[in-house]
Amino acid sequence: MASKRKIATCSLAGCFGCHMSLLDIDERLLELLELADFDRSPINDIKEIKGIVDIGLVEGGLCNAETVRVLQHFREHCRVLVSVGECALTGGIPSMRNHLSLKSCLEESYIRGVGVENAHIPDDPELPLLLDKVYPLHEVVKVDYYVPGCPPSADALWHVLSALVTGRDPHLPPALLKYD
Amino acid sequence: MWREEAPPAMDAVRGILESHERDPGELLQILIKVQHSYHYVPDAAVELIADHLRVTRAHVRGLVGFYSFLSSTYRGEYAVYISDNITDRMQGSTGLATYLCNRLNVKLGETRQDGRVSVRFTSCTGMCDQGPAALINERALTRLTRQRMDRIAELINSRTPMEEWPAELFVVEDNFRRSDVMFRRAFEPGAALKAAMLRGGDETLKSLQFEEAVDPSSGHAWRRGADETLKELYRSDLRGRGGAGFKAAIKWETCRDISAPERYVICNADEGEPGTFKDRVLLTSYADMVFEGMTICGYVVGSTRGILYIRQEYWYLKSHLEAVLARRREADLLGRNVLGTGFAFDIDIHWGAGAYIAGMESALIESVEGRRAKPRKRWPLPVVAGLNRRPTVVNNVETFAAAATIALKGGAWFAGHGTGHSAGTKLFCVSGDCERAGIYEYPFGVSVREVLRDCGGLDAQAVQISGPSGVTITRAEFDRILAFEDLSTAGTCMVFGPQRDMFDVVRNFTQFFRHECCGLCTPCRVGTSLLEMLVEKVAAGKGSPVDVEQVQSICQLMKTTAHCGLGQTAPNHVIDSLVKFRGDWDKRMKTTDFVPAFDLDAALQEARQLTGRDDAMAHL
Amino acid sequence: MSPDTKKTFQLDGKEIPFREGQTVFDAAMAAGVYIPHLCHNPDFEPHSSCRLCTVIVNGRPFASCTQPAVAGQDVRSDTPELNEMRRALTDMLLVEGNHYCPACEKSGNCRLQATAYALGLQDSHFPQFFPRRDVDASHPDIILDRDRCILCGLCLRISRSVDKKSVFAMTGRGITTTIVVDSPSGLLADSKVSREDEAVRHCPVGALMMKGEAYMVPIGQRRYDVSPISEDSVREFHAREEAHNG
Repeated sequence: MASKRKIATCSLAGCFGCHMSLLDIDERLLELLELADFDRSPINDIKEIKGIVDIGLVEGGLCNAETVRVLQHFREHCRVLVSVGECALTGGIPSMRNHLSLKSCLEESYIRGVGVENAHIPDDPELPLLLDKVYPLHEVVKVDYYVPGCPPSADALWHVLSALVTGRDPHLPPALLKYD
Repeated sequence: MWREEAPPAMDAVRGILESHERDPGELLQILIKVQHSYHYVPDAAVELIADHLRVTRAHVRGLVGFYSFLSSTYRGEYAVYISDNITDRMQGSTGLATYLCNRLNVKLGETRQDGRVSVRFTSCTGMCDQGPAALINERALTRLTRQRMDRIAELINSRTPMEEWPAELFVVEDNFRRSDVMFRRAFEPGAALKAAMLRGGDETLKSLQFEEAVDPSSGHAWRRGADETLKELYRSDLRGRGGAGFKAAIKWETCRDISAPERYVICNADEGEPGTFKDRVLLTSYADMVFEGMTICGYVVGSTRGILYIRQEYWYLKSHLEAVLARRREADLLGRNVLGTGFAFDIDIHWGAGAYIAGMESALIESVEGRRAKPRKRWPLPVVAGLNRRPTVVNNVETFAAAATIALKGGAWFAGHGTGHSAGTKLFCVSGDCERAGIYEYPFGVSVREVLRDCGGLDAQAVQISGPSGVTITRAEFDRILAFEDLSTAGTCMVFGPQRDMFDVVRNFTQFFRHECCGLCTPCRVGTSLLEMLVEKVAAGKGSPVDVEQVQSICQLMKTTAHCGLGQTAPNHVIDSLVKFRGDWDKRMKTTDFVPAFDLDAALQEARQLTGRDDAMAHL
Repeated sequence: MSPDTKKTFQLDGKEIPFREGQTVFDAAMAAGVYIPHLCHNPDFEPHSSCRLCTVIVNGRPFASCTQPAVAGQDVRSDTPELNEMRRALTDMLLVEGNHYCPACEKSGNCRLQATAYALGLQDSHFPQFFPRRDVDASHPDIILDRDRCILCGLCLRISRSVDKKSVFAMTGRGITTTIVVDSPSGLLADSKVSREDEAVRHCPVGALMMKGEAYMVPIGQRRYDVSPISEDSVREFHAREEAHNG
């Protein structure tokens, strides 16, 4: 039997909904764990990828410097990078802020907002600095595969993951291709 | 930014409306006049115009937003448009534009706060042989230099009325460098038309005075000359000079043979292809020949109405063209009773307002009908259902000039020049890196090398044939010939010397097509924008082979799926450049890896400013 | 004309009968063959602007919605190359606007989304343009969300030719082309548009929508959730033909 595959996952500017959907594969998780181990993932709370993993699943788009760094880290450490969910593919709901300037977003939240005290735009160096817009992943790194959906259904995720782990074609059959 | 304080008085709009029929087809012509008097199209004018023509306001706004010389915001008492063709850039136009903006203290593309002036770029103004060029309030500026820009800035700042500006700023030369059989002699107004009307007559007829000859008692049937002239046109094998090369005789005959209550003759003087300026020269010095060609076409196809559709960049020719038409009416070469034969034909001038796409036959017709210059569906062809859905011949300026010559000298004479597939002679507009830019008349079949030798451009590394939509040829191809069977062309040769970076050409042309795309079809609307983004990415040194692959697939997509010639030919120069000047792309690509679509660190700039942070984590 | 003398052409190797004057598109759909399309609605004049229905006729590309059928011609439509181009065109329409499927009331009833599904568009090719476009929610019954507009021109055509109101027009050009509304303020509320207008019923995307109707059918049970657009379009086309033929 071939050695087990390694999978890493993360959520950037997303809602963790894609990860919830991943957990929704239910008992197939056991089947998956037969074939692969999870490296860095919010599921097991491992914070850093050690070495190289076979498959990286990235949920969420890019909204700040931190998300860019994590994505770059994934690209460097994953043989195959998969963009998971609408936010990762298009920017998704967070990218609705792209209609407004960053200035007006921050002023609305931290200066003009109802009930704001000590009004100022947060400038602590520990806070990740926001990008001017929210971007999809494939504009910053090379993405190998895409799984659309908000979130992608458990069946869609299982289809792609099991295909990648076993070396089949990860293209979704029509019934599993959804953007909503 | 200048802001409208109060709506301006509408008296001038009312005056303009009174001088036009309540015909929606007049809309564009009205808007042009309103723009000229108000330097924009005020909302109040939109209401009045819509009401007068019984069209919707939205329709009026649709035109204002489409044509680049119309504007819903104030462009200033002096609106300066700097010609942005690659040849202008090679002559220093970019630096001159910045220089002028600095002198005027105005931001490029904006109107100065006091409402005095705006400066912006515009597509090629057709002065490539005497650039850098520009337009100011409908007049053409040529051979711009810093000294001239100083002068212009002074005149604007001192608010000198345009009529008092020194004439030397507006000198436009013909630069007719070489003439061959068509343009060697001056054209005698009426001679070709008379020859057409008497065509097919016997010796006795020829011995008569024209008036006697066309008199019914002479036995010469009135239609006979028309039919015989069409035969001559067939014999001449004249192909359209606008670039597509469709046989003129087939078009004329098709138009003639479709039963319709009315048919039209349109002369296409939109001449929007950057690097092209022959129509400007023809209308300056051979206007009679062009109008006579149109009249002969009207006579042959049975039309009473001709239209010259001309780009607004040539507005300075307006009084000249109107004078020529008036003279022709006086000489009975136009009017209700042309040369006393009872044949009625007249010519109107319709102005464009800044849209390259209007050079496309069906888009031009839409524009003449007072709409956005959007290409029509492929079928039916304009010759079947063109202006007002009636049969319409649309030919290039030079085609009509050639038709006049053929009417005079016969088809066999014409076919005796040029090559087997490309009869006659052709005007070539030569510009760029050569000693003698200008107009050259050659028989078809001349080699690029010969043109380069004559214009003093033999050290060129490349020549762009037929403008941005045409083909880029390299040194190794200079023995190719200019003719429909090899380098098919509307007559444009832009010469690029060995010192040029050919990637700058690609940048200029991709910007041009993005600006001129009409927006109708998906592949062109989105494709021209994507191509510009990717080319700019490469220009910024951030391109990678991944991007080049994407450029190639977008080019292929546009060629296959775009609705009209603009979108189908817009990628030509990119494809050529990638094959023939790959080095100029590769030297900008520092990596074979994927490079982000945007500058990561620059995307943090706004947040750095808002937070005042500049620590290590505040950069990418 | 009797059926045996009917003229035919070849579509992907299949014999397709047609009537004189019929387009390649109409003949194909009548024969049960789906050709992807967005700007075309067979009830109205074709527009040939989205270019999705491009087919290869005797070796040359044409928009099938405006291309007359000719006996004996060889038409290719369902080829890997054309489908790849259709995916790219669909992706272009998606990136040039702001299409938030997860938050869009039209999801499941949207022809753009359904067509993307039918073509198997799973990958993203291009950068998002994120244009800033205006939403017009001024009207009590109708909303115009320009973010979702794909410039198919159907509302212009229908408002002009069916409703006889010409409420909509396009302004700008190229990538800045946008819908304008005919009213003094440019807002729908001041225009002649009304909920009875055909023009507001045929938007293929969620750009023109009726207020208050969005969630009458739950997500997951909507038109193209139930039946892929390839089957739905052909069925609809046949129903129309039958209605026309009495």
